[in-house]
Amino acid sequence: MPTKPAGTLYRGREGMWSWVGHRVTGVVIFFFLLVHVLDTSLVRVSPEAYTAVIGAYKNPLMALGETGLVAAILFHAFNGLRVILVDFWKSGPKYQRQLLWAVLVIWLVAFAGFAIRHLSLALGGH
Amino acid sequence: MSAATAEPASKVELPAGSSGGAVPSFDITLRVRRYDPEVSEEVRWDDFKLTMYGTDRVLDALHKAKWEHDGSVSFRRSCAHGVCGSDAMRINGRNRLACKTLLKDLDTSKPILVEPIKGLPVEKDLIVDMEPFFQSYREIMPFLISKGHEPTKERIQSVEDRERFDDTTKCILCAACTSSCPVFWTDGQYFGPAAIVNAHRFIFDSRDDAGDMRLEILNDKEGVWRCRTTFNCSEACPRGIQVTKAIAEVKQAILARQF
Repeated sequence: MPTKPAGTLYRGREGMWSWVGHRVTGVVIFFFLLVHVLDTSLVRVSPEAYTAVIGAYKNPLMALGETGLVAAILFHAFNGLRVILVDFWKSGPKYQRQLLWAVLVIWLVAFAGFAIRHLSLALGGH
Repeated sequence: MSAATAEPASKVELPAGSSGGAVPSFDITLRVRRYDPEVSEEVRWDDFKLTMYGTDRVLDALHKAKWEHDGSVSFRRSCAHGVCGSDAMRINGRNRLACKTLLKDLDTSKPILVEPIKGLPVEKDLIVDMEPFFQSYREIMPFLISKGHEPTKERIQSVEDRERFDDTTKCILCAACTSSCPVFWTDGQYFGPAAIVNAHRFIFDSRDDAGDMRLEILNDKEGVWRCRTTFNCSEACPRGIQVTKAIAEVKQAILARQF
């Protein structure tokens, strides 16, 4: 049985890297949702336990984590719309590269808006 | 090359050692991924230092390596002119036909990496087992299926109807697309772009009556829905087929079908 020796990294272009980004952010969001469902379900254990756990999130490290999470969700959301257009809009495949740049621009605008407000609230004065 | 118009006379004036119509030559390092299970299970990289010409392709460099340096270098090629689709391989990390890739278009200051295509079992050096690839191809029934009586003459088709699937008739089954697909690398059960392209060629052919059957075959867990639109296939296709677009059209046809 011939083996499959691993080669060098395939040099894909924008399409492949946007897919890699989509997959990575998807997995990140999945793990967040897992934790999120667990901590939210604590409210059925006792409201005090819920408050204690949610309160533990109020530190700079979690604020940074939340910023990263929003970055991931924004990319996954906008790129997801791009994938829908590629699949179902007649000219989608033709303009996939331009669509990706549009996604990145919208992502940057939305993320910058969030990051400025969130980090100044979380890390700034109380 | 201002003297090019006066070719016979210019030969006299040129300095010794260079002729008027000489093709420029340059040195390259060809780095070939070697694997021979009869000798060792280990994979290794062999470097070949070659003097090549501006008109040479990667295939010519492989020939030179095989014919003048190491006869055990193994690769497939047949027509050597981009028609038979035998010599698809990964050149500098991207799937290309060795016979259509000019050395002068590559960065010759660095070694040129040549590897077998991904996702199919390597048999020796650049030769892979194409059977899984052709198995998927056969499953989509790549031949005309028509109901009713055989016409006594040819089957008439309008120019517009022929145009509908023109792009996907160009496929030469080289597997550059299928073996560039990240989904195919990890899920060998996926039909792969080439099989879908060839299904597209008949699904959108007005003379064919088995479109629904082919759509049903591709409306599978391992069918068109495995496509993640990475566009590696469109970029790899040596015939310039818009592969991802063809797959998207099949996806839309499945959804638009009358049940």
